[in-house]
Amino acid sequence: MVCGTYSGLTESRSASKTRGIVRDALGIGIASGAYALSFGAISVTAGLTLLQTCALSLLMFTGASQFALVGVLGAGGSIWAGAATAALLGARNGLYGLRLSSLLDGGPWRRLAASQFVIDESTAMAIGRDELEESRLAFWATGLSVFVFWNLGTLIGALAIHAIPNPRVLGLDAAPPAAYLALLAPRLRAREPIAIALGAGVVALALLPFVPAGVPLLVVALLVGLLGLRGGRK
Amino acid sequence: MIWAGVLVACGACYVLKLAGMSLPRRLLEDPRLQRTVPLLPVALLAALVAIQTFSTGHSLVLDARAAALGVAVIAVLLRAPFLVVVVAAAATAALLRVV
Repeated sequence: MVCGTYSGLTESRSASKTRGIVRDALGIGIASGAYALSFGAISVTAGLTLLQTCALSLLMFTGASQFALVGVLGAGGSIWAGAATAALLGARNGLYGLRLSSLLDGGPWRRLAASQFVIDESTAMAIGRDELEESRLAFWATGLSVFVFWNLGTLIGALAIHAIPNPRVLGLDAAPPAAYLALLAPRLRAREPIAIALGAGVVALALLPFVPAGVPLLVVALLVGLLGLRGGRK
Repeated sequence: MIWAGVLVACGACYVLKLAGMSLPRRLLEDPRLQRTVPLLPVALLAALVAIQTFSTGHSLVLDARAAALGVAVIAVLLRAPFLVVVVAAAATAALLRVV
């Protein structure tokens, strides 16, 4: 009897944990759907078609890279400069896989599918949990929830801006920098990243008048690479 | 051309995700890689903020976008949600141009 009560307790505890994880995953999904609205609007304003905009959210599915690609394009850079910046920003997702691959076992097909959902949100939710099962649930629930709402938000944002004859009137050229800033802010919790952010801004503006559009970003990435390899400070 | 760039970029981002899940751990555990990769988004996002706020084409300019960025900084410091930060910045630029 005592034993039964005990197992009933642990059962209800794990059920409530499961509900908690699913609830958090939905909350994160809805929040990211809200920023996908602005992505859809910015992307169409930058000159991508509705289909290209939706393809980015479906296939690229990593926010900072998507904002960067359409931002570079909208500011007059080439699509290839935008693509290179997007890929450089996507490199961090590779490191997330290092933390996740031991949590998410399964065959090669499972890994191919899971890879698409390796993003900031799903990684943050999956790591640092007590139980392997909770980590897996958190990863998949968050990944799928963000995927659904991110794509819905993109479609709605893109359709809404499509319906407006002159979206530039809305100040949407000022929207991408605000979006980058909001993505950047959580990464500025120590002195070194703040110094690197300021240095990168200055270097980019100093180069800008003299080189083709998009090149300042690649130079900044190269400098960070050299800095990291050398192990010194900027 | 746009489609090619979009699809290549999508493929590259997917391959990076897959590489993290598939490559041997000791390759990814290299301390220099661990140190450098998280700094890339910091530097690139900051450079994007600077470029797209303070330039048009190849010239440096100071216009309504700078004020919009200022509003965005305040919104971020107040911990406003993402969409609020973006909408506040766009609205600031739009209003300044109307005035």
